Amino acid sequence: MAKVVLTYSFARQFAGGKTEHEVSGQSIRHLVRALDERFPGIGDRLNEDMAVAIDGVIHQNAFLEKIAPDSEVCFIPALQGG
Amino acid sequence: MSKLHVTTTINGEPTEFLCDARETMLDVLRDRLGLTGTKEGCGSGDCGACSITVDGRLVCACLMFGAEAEGSQIGTIEGLAEGEKLHPLQKRFIELAALQCGICTPGFLVAAKALLDRNKNPTETEVRYWLAGNLCRCTGYDKIIRAVMDVAAELRGATR
Amino acid sequence: MSSQHYKWIGTRPNRPDGADKVTGRARFGADFNMPGQLVGKVLRSPHAHARIKSIDTSKAEALHGVKAVVTAKDFPEQPNQIVPAGEMQANLRDVTRNVMAREKALYDGHAVAAVAATTSEIASEALALIKVDYEVLPHVIDVDDAMKDGAPILHDHLRTDGLTPPSDKPTNIAKRLEFVKGDIAAGLAKADVVIEREYKTAAVHQGYIEPHATLASATEDGQVQVWSTTQGHFQVRGFCSRLLNIETSQIRVTATEIGGGFGGKTVVYLEPVAIRLSQKSGKPVKMVMERSEVFRASGPTSGGTLRVKIGATRDGRIVAADTTIALQSGAFPGSPVGPACMCSFACYDIDNIKVIGFDVVSNRPKVAAYRAPGAPIAAWAVESTIDLVAEALRMDPIDLRLKNAARKGTKTHYGPTFNTIGMVETLEAAKNSPHYKTPVKPGHARGVAAGFWFNVGADSSAAAHVGEDGTVTVISGNPDIGGSRASLALMAAETLGVDYDKVRPVIADTSSIGFNFVTGGSRVTFATGLAVVNAVRDMIENLKGRAAKIWEVEPDAVIWENGYAKPASSNVGKFEPLSLAQLAAQAGKTGGPINGHAQLNAQGAGPGFGVHIVDLSVDRDTGIVTVERYTAAQDVGTAIHPSYVEGQLQGGVAQGVGWALNEEYIYDAKGRLQNAGFLDYRMPVASDLPMIETVLVEVPNPSHPYGVRGVGEVPIVPPMAAIGNAIARATEVRMLDLPMSPPRLSAALDAMAPKRAAE
Repeated sequence: MAKVVLTYSFARQFAGGKTEHEVSGQSIRHLVRALDERFPGIGDRLNEDMAVAIDGVIHQNAFLEKIAPDSEVCFIPALQGG
Repeated sequence: MSKLHVTTTINGEPTEFLCDARETMLDVLRDRLGLTGTKEGCGSGDCGACSITVDGRLVCACLMFGAEAEGSQIGTIEGLAEGEKLHPLQKRFIELAALQCGICTPGFLVAAKALLDRNKNPTETEVRYWLAGNLCRCTGYDKIIRAVMDVAAELRGATR
Repeated sequence: MSSQHYKWIGTRPNRPDGADKVTGRARFGADFNMPGQLVGKVLRSPHAHARIKSIDTSKAEALHGVKAVVTAKDFPEQPNQIVPAGEMQANLRDVTRNVMAREKALYDGHAVAAVAATTSEIASEALALIKVDYEVLPHVIDVDDAMKDGAPILHDHLRTDGLTPPSDKPTNIAKRLEFVKGDIAAGLAKADVVIEREYKTAAVHQGYIEPHATLASATEDGQVQVWSTTQGHFQVRGFCSRLLNIETSQIRVTATEIGGGFGGKTVVYLEPVAIRLSQKSGKPVKMVMERSEVFRASGPTSGGTLRVKIGATRDGRIVAADTTIALQSGAFPGSPVGPACMCSFACYDIDNIKVIGFDVVSNRPKVAAYRAPGAPIAAWAVESTIDLVAEALRMDPIDLRLKNAARKGTKTHYGPTFNTIGMVETLEAAKNSPHYKTPVKPGHARGVAAGFWFNVGADSSAAAHVGEDGTVTVISGNPDIGGSRASLALMAAETLGVDYDKVRPVIADTSSIGFNFVTGGSRVTFATGLAVVNAVRDMIENLKGRAAKIWEVEPDAVIWENGYAKPASSNVGKFEPLSLAQLAAQAGKTGGPINGHAQLNAQGAGPGFGVHIVDLSVDRDTGIVTVERYTAAQDVGTAIHPSYVEGQLQGGVAQGVGWALNEEYIYDAKGRLQNAGFLDYRMPVASDLPMIETVLVEVPNPSHPYGVRGVGEVPIVPPMAAIGNAIARATEVRMLDLPMSPPRLSAALDAMAPKRAAE
């Protein structure tokens, strides 16, 4: 089970205020699907304009990225550089 | 609208052109003569990207009418190198990475040459104040100042 | 240091585009022309906020020499939703309205119409003949005013995203963000010292010297060519495709040489307008902004209001950190408040953190990215407050930061746990720098601040081709904004084992190479560099295969070493090594051209940290600050071309000095920009600055074969607070608002004077 971490305001909006969730899945795609089953509607927002940090490494677009069973997966606001 | 006929010398070459009375020297160089090495950053004499020399004097081409070139010796970035040999300033700017994006570079080179033509041994402060009319947003000026100081020393060594 | 075992990486050769750029031959945005081209110009709103009741273009259209006029009617309506365009997430409803105002003009300088005419003079005359009937509306400029109840509302449909429960009230607050770690109240309860201040920063412009410029040619068969000065020609293609309903394959965009961008050239302003004018007139159309248009209608980055509260124990441990950050987004939502919130306390390992952010629209130009978007604004407030904590605890500011520095295993307030990072190494490098070890001169004062930026990876494509003489062309798709051709060529030469000058790097247009994300986020040397290395490696596999065919051995019996194919061992047989040139000469016989390709979505860019030290003096009569000495230390991964890495640090510092001391957008009571020129928008000149010393801390990034880490953005994060902290030590006046310009600083010093006299 990967540990999914949502930001505080995002969790309040879409996940009943709970920021940390144990989710099973082998890739980001699976995690998002599983979360969307728990919190209908959250999937679109997670796919839309969020970046993902997997074990501290930020991915701009991590749809297929593999997840280890003990991974920490954080959804954070998307980044743009100058 | 009748145009003015201007006879001048640009980078040593006798040149004639027709221009509007209200046309700037910058527009003449860029749009009529195809000398696009002289850049426009502001059009108000604040950035120095259009630096040229007129009878040896450093001028912002955007603040000069094309008609004022009549009978003058104009120097632009295109005339800095001698044949295929870069001017020492051009060479040193490349070697010391004194340019990043390069848009301000022609203006800095023309201005720096005008300085070294007058002052063979400028202090860092003199270089900084002479080049204060040229804006660079990329480099923080450090490597530009070093390149100019280096070339000044090199040219002094060569003439000694 | 780490690069000593490389032949090319870490050296400082001449850049491949150097001769072009010192002779005036390099062609920038305004240097492209086509036969029969027209001049395009934009009519801009003189009002900060006005309903556009009607636009009458008939007189302009009737003027001899005018070939086309466009208004918002010429651009299709777009959905109010976030969609990808060239990989940027954008609300196209807003983008099309920023390109050309529809129902309302939302800021001074907002485009309302455009013309194409045979000459510049006729185009200007035509603009004067366009009659726009405006209903002037109340406007709002300041971010605090825009958030108040009863403020003029810019967009009737806008509701605050991120509120629980959701609100149905029209508002200027587009988004609310909140990040929480630990328990802020419990943390504050443990603190021996609590410092709280409110700060303001002004909107500042990226200030690139080259104005926006574009040349567009739309032909009768539906094809479009664009030459544009841009940080991302693939984004230009993507936006124009969406905004004008043209298939991407029909649009070919060539990035010209680019005269600075710093984030400000990652969006479109002129390109869709020039294409539309070209379509309507049947001629190529060239458009170049004047400097005043650049200031009024492009960029800038946000100004904002920030409150920071930090609590620490007597021994210097920060136990609670709390901030609220409200940023201007300009006329449409989309300030960098997200990264500002995340970067705010990212340098530190603090148990209890609370960060709230607001994205706020007001009647200003829509903000564009500017070097580490959002981070410098947050750092100004946070690093100033940390300096106050150091003062209160009588601790050395670097020691306080070392005691609280983020390190491997630190859990950030925005979620991720840091892997290997270089904050401690960078602080130590600053502490051990010649500058910090030198006592402060009499009459000078010293300030220190730190900064953080994520850095970005993302999509890149690259190709490598071998010519028949064995020299190599490396093709990629990111405009070279500060020497990236040299870095890419160095990595290609290193990988291939050939000399740097045998590699010619080329930047291809959108039809000649696969997709590349913008030159931004400090990503090119990292991500595009990775694509180049992979393309060269792909080519090496090909080369090994050719040698295997010549020797009649298996491909895996061949190795590639220093530019030669060699037998993997003596068991393979006795063969003379084959050089790249020898293999290239026989290419036709061994399978045709020898090329390599790579495409990737680069992950693991790795964050960067910077620590800056400034010594300065203050003229108490005039409030003029003189920067006397400056040192920037930064963890830069591997410095591929150290001169250009130093240059990034030095340039970032100079922009930061401007942000700190002079630069600001000044509006009058009617909401009109008062300083839309370089004379009044005062950027640092050569005589304002000393030499800028750099300390490159080379901790290689494990996610890149040569350890590359982005370096371009971090150096603009610390300067404002470093300078403010030094001013506070020089004068005992703590400036809370940027810029700390002479009038403001002298006013603050005057306000202190009676107090000082009384002491």
